[in-house]
Amino acid sequence: MTEIHDPSNVVNPEHADHHIVTPVTYAIVFVSLLVGTAITVAAAYIDLGIFNPVVALAIACTRAVIVILFFMHVKYQSKLVKLTVGAGFFTFLVLITMTLTDYVSRAWGLWS
Amino acid sequence: MSATHTILNLPDQRTATLPKRTYINNEDGLLSWLFTGDHKRIAILYLISITFFFFIGGAFAGLIRLELLTPQGDLTASDTYNKFFSMHGIIMIFLFLVPSVPATLGNFLIPIMVGTKDLAFPKINLLSWYLYWIGGLFTLAALVLGGVDTGWTFTTPLSTHYLNTHVVTAATGVFIIGFSSIFTGLNFIVTIHRMRAPGMTWFRMPLFCWSNYAASILMVLGTPVLAITLVLVALERLVGIGVFDPTKGGDPLLFQHLFWFYSHPAVYIMILPGMGVISEVISTFSRKRVFGYTAVAFSSVAIALFGFFVWAHHMFIMGVSNYSALVFSLLTMLVAVPSAIKIFNWAFTLQKGSITFETPMLYAFGFLGLFTIGGMTGVFLGALGMDIHLTETYFIVAHFHFVMVGGMLMAFLAGIHFWWPKMTGRMYPESLSKLAAVTTFIGFNLTFLPQFILGYLGMPRRYHAYPPEFQVLNVLSTAGATVLGVGYMLPLLYLAWSLKYGAIAGNNPWQATGLEWQIQSPPLTENFIEIPVVDHEAYDYEWLEHKTAHEVTTVG
Amino acid sequence: MDNATVATHPHTHETAVAAEHEHVSLPQHRHHFETPEQQREAGTFGMWLFLLTEIMFFGGLFFAYLLYRNWYNPAFVAASNQLSIPLGAANTAILITSGFFMALAVWAAEVRKKSLLVIFLVLTTLFGLAFLGIKYVEYKEKFELHHVPGASFDVSQFINPHAYGLKEQPLAPDMAQKTQVFFFLYFAMTGMHALHMIIGIVLLFWLTWRANRGEFSSGYVAPIENFGLYWHFVDIVWLFLFPLLYLINRHPV
Repeated sequence: MTEIHDPSNVVNPEHADHHIVTPVTYAIVFVSLLVGTAITVAAAYIDLGIFNPVVALAIACTRAVIVILFFMHVKYQSKLVKLTVGAGFFTFLVLITMTLTDYVSRAWGLWS
Repeated sequence: MSATHTILNLPDQRTATLPKRTYINNEDGLLSWLFTGDHKRIAILYLISITFFFFIGGAFAGLIRLELLTPQGDLTASDTYNKFFSMHGIIMIFLFLVPSVPATLGNFLIPIMVGTKDLAFPKINLLSWYLYWIGGLFTLAALVLGGVDTGWTFTTPLSTHYLNTHVVTAATGVFIIGFSSIFTGLNFIVTIHRMRAPGMTWFRMPLFCWSNYAASILMVLGTPVLAITLVLVALERLVGIGVFDPTKGGDPLLFQHLFWFYSHPAVYIMILPGMGVISEVISTFSRKRVFGYTAVAFSSVAIALFGFFVWAHHMFIMGVSNYSALVFSLLTMLVAVPSAIKIFNWAFTLQKGSITFETPMLYAFGFLGLFTIGGMTGVFLGALGMDIHLTETYFIVAHFHFVMVGGMLMAFLAGIHFWWPKMTGRMYPESLSKLAAVTTFIGFNLTFLPQFILGYLGMPRRYHAYPPEFQVLNVLSTAGATVLGVGYMLPLLYLAWSLKYGAIAGNNPWQATGLEWQIQSPPLTENFIEIPVVDHEAYDYEWLEHKTAHEVTTVG
Repeated sequence: MDNATVATHPHTHETAVAAEHEHVSLPQHRHHFETPEQQREAGTFGMWLFLLTEIMFFGGLFFAYLLYRNWYNPAFVAASNQLSIPLGAANTAILITSGFFMALAVWAAEVRKKSLLVIFLVLTTLFGLAFLGIKYVEYKEKFELHHVPGASFDVSQFINPHAYGLKEQPLAPDMAQKTQVFFFLYFAMTGMHALHMIIGIVLLFWLTWRANRGEFSSGYVAPIENFGLYWHFVDIVWLFLFPLLYLINRHPV
């Protein structure tokens, strides 16, 4: 029972989970991040042509995702927080891609 | 409908008094205001602040129109004139329009409308006001030191390489004001998501909350891009980093992309809260629920979303690629649709409503007509072919003044008049306010309709001298500006007057729905004696009628 | 329909609820919030919204980087190779470790172990300071080589790298000038990042002092938690800056 009459449950909508992430999880993430750093550096020395920046960014994105999910607890947070994180990156991508539509298609630009 | 028919329902003035304890007299002393956490007090602090800056910005408008009375540039030198329109733009946009409804009416009303005691972060709310003033002082400093003449748009490479005016000071001011805006928006988003009263679901919230929510998303996501852009301009000026300098390999157009990425959503930040006000006013003075509540709610969010996709329509002639211009032009057509949906819904709210013409409603009608014209001319400008001809002319000036002044400023005045009795406990004098509203409307049209024609005929903007054949229209415009100035002075005077001599308003002089009208005027500091439980929809006039009837029979 | 409202007084929530939910009214409970959960959720949500503004703030710089790296790729490659991979990689590891300790600090606050909390906060701060120390070393080197953008920028190393003992391709003079764009971005992005770290470290000093007084070991973890979010975000920015600035093209053609 709750002493607050709240039929639509707006006060605590998803009864935010106080899930406590354990140090073991953190340690696994920590090691993965260090390994990721090593792979990033190693990959830079290999000629993958056009894929060098792709690989570097892919590894960076993966590391960012695990920091967000575990160090920042987003895996255990409400849908609202997850949506908020998504919205932030979505807007960032809009900035990048839509500005690119101009630069990519410009004849006098130096885009090569 | 007779002209004297009104829904105004004041208590008996012979016996009515203001409530004993209100947020105004709860604590005494200047410090209790300067260190308050109470959202209502902060709203009043903002109201005084933005009024102050409005009249400074208005003074610059007067100087602009004065210069443009004659075709020759005879009042001031050309770069002084540039300073006039730059300061006018910077002050009116960043120090007046952006905070106008959110920081005053939004701050005051949103917690009450959702049924809670304060915003989520009261101290951040106060910080927001202090940041506003620090930014405002930087802007005033730039003014006093000699002004900035880049236009409010700080376009490179003019602002970075060809001027030695106080660009960095002004840019710093705007940077700081940006954070004021961000914190306000952040507060609103958290409050609306997480602090609604029991039973207050998303679709029972007043549409004013939806509009401010959408504007807040834009504030939080868009303003930081302006911030980094201004930092880069400052670095370019101070250090010569070369980011926007073609000789060092930079691209001046990059500045414009980053600047307009914020500044286009900024115009929606400015108009959305005004649209929220209009929803409330039109519903109350038609005694009818807003037609298509869901459509209006979703269209607010749609405007916010699509508003991020159209910024390059400010750059069609600046050197963007044709393909990119095509994409942005198409998306600009799309962004007009949600705004149009709102106009239709308001019109259908009026249909078969029981309409009365109190001052807020007069401003709302003004909004409907003038915003529609402004919005439509925006669609004209979104078409590439038209824009080539019309851009950088007075057509643009007329377009944005129609939406920002004819639209937003009228909505702001509608809101101030509508909620004045709630904020102060006093009514304003109705006949004088109607006069002011009509004067404003006439003055506005006289000022800005000629500018559409001027623009179409080819008179460029931001020039202090022009060919003599444009003089007649310019004189009309300046005459209109004088009338408009009178129209804006009047509320300042009679609203101040009403604080002491206005009629006592009572809880619900407009017999409106909404939680803010169910509490005392002015409200208690904690807003509610008990947190309400909401079980009725928004704009439920039957519920209100039943409640009022119920009250009459039980009061002994 | 009954219009009566139901009272929700803050003190009544001490009764009722199950034991594992800490409903004792904390001294830090702000009374415009109905429950401590609401306060904590609101705080986390608010901090995330602030981080969104940070994403967009850095976003402008990332776009400038994307554009100019593509336009002036040879200059960016040559300039990037001037950065020290050992220092950059060490800094990355240091910052990751700092983040690890911050996460552990949040855990310590949640399980109410005051001394562990203080230790982890101190370690977080130390590693943060180490990061800044290495950054200072790198900046100093750039300053000495005249690679700081502005009037004293010197491109001779890029026009004639062999004279400086560098195994680089020489650049044409106009492309060599574009290395200044790279260095502006390097200083702007890492400088902005470092500024955020400095602010974070100042906050860490304050939080450590408060933690030592026991303010965060009785269930009130929000400031530690929310600062943790900020700190991890700063870490994520660096995770992108390192490959983008240091590792543009480290393989010989």
